[in-house]
Amino acid sequence: MLYINCPHCGMRSQNEFSYGGDASVKRPELNKEVSNQEWDNFVYNRKSLRGKHLELWQHISGCRQWIKVERDTATHEIFRTFKADEEVA
Amino acid sequence: MTQAFRIENGGLINRDKKLSFKFNEKSYFGYEGDTLASALLANGVHLVGRSFKYHRPRGFFGAGVDEPYAVVQLYRNGETEPNIKATEQELFEGLEAKSVNCWPSVNFDIGAINNFLKIFLPAGFYYKTFMWPKSFWYRIYEPFIRKAAGLGVASTKHDKERYEHKYEYCDLLIAGSGPSGLAGAYAAAKNGAKVILAEDKPRFGGSLLTSDVNIGNQSGKDWAEGIIAELKTMPNVVVKNRSQIFGYYDHNMLVMSEKVSDHLPSTKKYHPNKRLWYIRAKEVLISSGSIERPIVFGNNDTPGVMLSSAAKEYLKVYGVLVGRKPLVFTNNDSGYETAIEFKKHGVDPVILDSRKNAESEIIDEAKNLGIIIKNSYVVVAAQGYKKVKSADIASISEDKKQLGKIEHIQCDCICVSGFWTPSIHLASQSGNKTKFKEEIDAFVPGQSKQNEITLGAANGIFSLNETLKTSFKAGSELSKKLTKKDNEIAIPNVVEKKSSQHDKFWCVPLPKGKNYKRFLDFQNDVAVSDVEIALREGYRSIEHVKRYTTLGMATDQGKTSNLNGLQLVSEIENKVVPAVGHTTFRPPYTPVSIGAIVGREVGKHSKPTRKSPMHSWHEKNNAVFVDAGVWLRPRYYKRGNENLFEGSKREAKNVRTNVGVCDVTTLGKIDIKGPDAAELLNRVYTNAWLKLPVGKARYGVMLREDGIVMDDGTTTRISENHYHMTTTTAQAANVLSHLEYYLQLVWPELNVNVVSTTEQWAGAAIAGPKSRDLLQKLFPNSDVSNEGLPFMGYMEGDLFGVKARIFRISFSGELAYEVNVESDYGNFMWEKIMEIGEEFQIQPYGTEALSTLRIEMGHVAGSELDGRTIPYDNALEGLVSKKKDFIGKRSLQRSAFTTEDRQRVVGVVPLDKKTSIPEGSHLVKDDKAPLPNPKLGHISASCWSVEYDNPFSLAILKDGKNMIGEKLFAMSPLKNKVIPVEIVSSHYVDPKGERVRS
Ligand SMILES: [Zn+2]
Repeated sequence: MLYINCPHCGMRSQNEFSYGGDASVKRPELNKEVSNQEWDNFVYNRKSLRGKHLELWQHISGCRQWIKVERDTATHEIFRTFKADEEVA
Repeated sequence: MTQAFRIENGGLINRDKKLSFKFNEKSYFGYEGDTLASALLANGVHLVGRSFKYHRPRGFFGAGVDEPYAVVQLYRNGETEPNIKATEQELFEGLEAKSVNCWPSVNFDIGAINNFLKIFLPAGFYYKTFMWPKSFWYRIYEPFIRKAAGLGVASTKHDKERYEHKYEYCDLLIAGSGPSGLAGAYAAAKNGAKVILAEDKPRFGGSLLTSDVNIGNQSGKDWAEGIIAELKTMPNVVVKNRSQIFGYYDHNMLVMSEKVSDHLPSTKKYHPNKRLWYIRAKEVLISSGSIERPIVFGNNDTPGVMLSSAAKEYLKVYGVLVGRKPLVFTNNDSGYETAIEFKKHGVDPVILDSRKNAESEIIDEAKNLGIIIKNSYVVVAAQGYKKVKSADIASISEDKKQLGKIEHIQCDCICVSGFWTPSIHLASQSGNKTKFKEEIDAFVPGQSKQNEITLGAANGIFSLNETLKTSFKAGSELSKKLTKKDNEIAIPNVVEKKSSQHDKFWCVPLPKGKNYKRFLDFQNDVAVSDVEIALREGYRSIEHVKRYTTLGMATDQGKTSNLNGLQLVSEIENKVVPAVGHTTFRPPYTPVSIGAIVGREVGKHSKPTRKSPMHSWHEKNNAVFVDAGVWLRPRYYKRGNENLFEGSKREAKNVRTNVGVCDVTTLGKIDIKGPDAAELLNRVYTNAWLKLPVGKARYGVMLREDGIVMDDGTTTRISENHYHMTTTTAQAANVLSHLEYYLQLVWPELNVNVVSTTEQWAGAAIAGPKSRDLLQKLFPNSDVSNEGLPFMGYMEGDLFGVKARIFRISFSGELAYEVNVESDYGNFMWEKIMEIGEEFQIQPYGTEALSTLRIEMGHVAGSELDGRTIPYDNALEGLVSKKKDFIGKRSLQRSAFTTEDRQRVVGVVPLDKKTSIPEGSHLVKDDKAPLPNPKLGHISASCWSVEYDNPFSLAILKDGKNMIGEKLFAMSPLKNKVIPVEIVSSHYVDPKGERVRS
């Protein structure tokens, strides 16, 4: 079970969180014309990386904040975590 | 009955407490502190089972977790458990156990015929034989395999035992209480670290219980006892016996199964049977020791052949002789230690040492005791069927290829030692890439992956002195990092006998003309010849060889067989062992009860049960409940002998003619506040929200980004910046997460807060033509006329002193209202409604009537919003704004969503107006068409229309828009029904929606 550092609450076990997918996906702006390809990329197409991956988790049984977690998908190592509005450098 | 093989004195058992037990229906005695295995051996019982494939007789091979043979069916306090190792099961008064894998009995086993037909059972036998013809699988092969194979029978009864889960955090977790574990734990504890020390056996001390050593002028055993006693007094230390750490998971999470009650005749009140610990440790010390390795020879599975360390343990811990004429077969000094113990207890062993010459203090001691030692000698084959009677032995050439003349030697047990295999399972599970250590012919942990260090024998260190030194140091340094304390500990003086180099010899060649079975894996009956076949047939990867031959795949997970299997593959392949590599170690290290894994989350505890504040009223009024998500809701209120159909029909009819009240507390409720609340709703819902006035409610549909309908419900503007959203019962949690996602990640600029208020409000839906009259009496001071409170209107009211929210919304299609009060007043509200409603013939109605009412009105719900439909499919396209953007809008342009013949909700009536259509039935054009009959749609919901008194269903039908009036067939192969039907409008009752506005 992963041990995730919630930037709001501290170290918590994975069973308090729910997974939310790739955090690098950006929703196209509202009212903006987007091509089929762009839209498909947003809704469906994911890279399924092996290695370092920035992903979203929600601390549903805690502070209910969505956070970003930098995790290695092969080793499960977690490098850093960020608040929703934090810039990932 | 006397315990013929129990020595007079000695051992760690309690001879003052005699225990009676039964094995295969026969009664025996043992002592407190025995295992089932030691007690049986004390009674001279060596035959305990039959092997998996050939049904050969099985005895005891080990004395603990590594045991491959002695797996029994246990009976305790009216319960039965399969797959129990007799070597781990502690004896208790009244214990009963039976052999597995034998039919009709352990002494006469029909399956043993496999042994004589063994030509038919080589590696891959199951794969090759039971494949053809295909039709034989279910009828003949599977039942045969099930009957002939298996390690016991799982109980089909409800398990009365309780299993607990516990979460724990610590600085250092120490797996194993042998010398390294004790030293590491002690040093860390002295530095004030929070320590958990786990031992799988009932007694602490590991190898110190059986080895002839001195630590600090005490015997190893006494030293261990002293350390444990001191650790137990320390507040920062948890010491647990009967506790097996079986899994090492991500981020230093380890799981331990504590057997709380298995050693007792029955579980004590308020105690669990087992407790599963989830332990998050900052550092882990793996001190899991090592397991002795067998040497492979002919018939090496005969009962009476066992590990030499096991024989020593039975003698030193349990005071039991495994034989009176022992033959010790060894390639290292460990066999000598066992022989010395025999000799000390008046038994004369014979040692066969594969080494030509070896010199050490231990060997000298054996010689001085006058023990017969034959160097360059091996056991060629054990003789005897149900028990070893003698052995064929021979001298062996220096290159270990040529056997001398076969000699015969009488013996009643053969104690084997092929050196030691470190238990690297936990280290490997943690992700540690193991490495091969030539000096010990075994794998040891390599570079640490997580925060783990492996100590002592588990790390391939077999000198006690070095083990203690390194373990004290590890415990001290790791704890110092965490506690910043440094209490130096004097490392005690160790006296141990030096041993000589072992011989890298593991398999005795077959003598000319003999074809003895030489087993590698004792539980799965995998012999040397099986691995040879697998390699001959082209299997190369050790993982494939394992699966093809089943080597190491049994419940013992190859604890005694893996390395010898690797040796064999490397020999045939002419590779070195590290190049062959070992198979992956996966949790659990030992079998764990399913009950322990599940814990308390069974039956009614498998999920929380949520009840509305009116629940007790429903109970008192004969409600029949149904699970609705996590909630319990009344399905109908039973009157007399009514069944569901009759009761729900009565309730629905009463709503259509008088007035009914339904508990709608379970609907999801979300409080939305902030200056941008309207903007959020406008983006989340498909319809327009910016112009909703205060005091008005609106129905809304929300989509996922892929255009599929996520949920629907009404949202009411309570005040300028305050909205009250309702969701369906099932989607409440998902909708809240959905809103939080967009507010926190996508549109953080929106100034809005959302919070769940589902449990803060109790809700009652009052529906029916007389509902306004009732409402007026409930709120005499409010104007609830059609003008004062129009359809989709909202007001606050005073319910006899209780503040209430009144919404004029309708799910039933009738004139209807929903009243919310704070949860604590829910019951008060309900009772008032029932009391005052009496003059209007009010009846409560449950979910079944609620469904009927919505279905015949054509209101879509969960069965239509099933995660596969878009707004058009649900006839909700009128609510899809063309002007504004919203979540999922762009997806609605996908070509599949815009085809002319897109599926759509319709009504379905059986032509005979009598036959109810099962939900899930398929709609087809031609009921006689060959299979697979092209499906046009499916029945999503069915009811008995109380308006027309005939069955009515909703369906999602291809090209539904143009199908009204068509005649189709509803087919349900499950219910074996073919029903001719007519397609009608989904709005079966009040198609213009006049009643809700009346
Ligand atoms: Zn948090």
